Amino acid sequence: MDVKLINPFINATINVLETMAFVTVTAGKPYLKKDNVAVGDVTGVLGLTGVAHGTIAVTFEENCILTVVSNMFGEKMDSLNEDIADAVGELTNMISGQARRELDEVGKVFKAAIPSVITGKNHTIRHYSDGPKIAIPFQTDGGEFTIEVCFDR
Amino acid sequence: MDTSIKVLIVDDFATMRRILKNILKQLGFKNLVEADDGTTAWEILESQEIDLIISDWNMPKMTGLELLKKVRASSQYKTAPFLMVTAEAQKQNVIEAVQAGVSNYVVKPFTAEAISDKLKKILK
Repeated sequence: MDVKLINPFINATINVLETMAFVTVTAGKPYLKKDNVAVGDVTGVLGLTGVAHGTIAVTFEENCILTVVSNMFGEKMDSLNEDIADAVGELTNMISGQARRELDEVGKVFKAAIPSVITGKNHTIRHYSDGPKIAIPFQTDGGEFTIEVCFDR
Repeated sequence: MDTSIKVLIVDDFATMRRILKNILKQLGFKNLVEADDGTTAWEILESQEIDLIISDWNMPKMTGLELLKKVRASSQYKTAPFLMVTAEAQKQNVIEAVQAGVSNYVVKPFTAEAISDKLKKILK
């Protein structure tokens, strides 16, 4: 997989979370993910087509996403409900949009599908291609979340 | 900026409608109507008098761009302020929206200040 496809998603993730949820986000060391079990409790997954085909997934630990969405709404959120799922979908959408803009500037054009959201402990993330799954963990004041990027080339 | 006007917020994500409503309320707007896709938005536009449209781009049934074209083709709304708030910020998207007659464009993610600044420009 072209590693140049990864950085725009890291940059976009930090910018989206810091701008919309006012949290400080620190990226950890990327690693190759071997299985399909989500690290987090709620995940947004979005398909991308263009110069490569693949998916991005953004998976949040419960405490992390409750803090993030509480900040976005300006009110306390205390359980993983439909509002949280909707917010994860929109965050995934925004991360994809910003990353695609950065990729577009270097001639790599992608189109995005509408994101889907999965909730629950140990749920499975299904990527649309068989390429390597690169996971990047992030730390926030409210907890951890991870993005997974998987492209066919 | 006249905050007594009626504003239609169009986005398929309830999250984004909620964030925009919060920002608009903080700015003093009280008369807010919501739609979760372009088709519902058009039904509202046909049945109520709307002064400002704030719309997402990527939505099921009817996209924000399709809604914008429909609005500009109507006699009632051909000059109505239309703010596109979207994650679709690639050059081609911006060109298409400008050609279709968008009043202004805000890229997600955004700050409350960015929304306020754009509204001040288009509601002068």
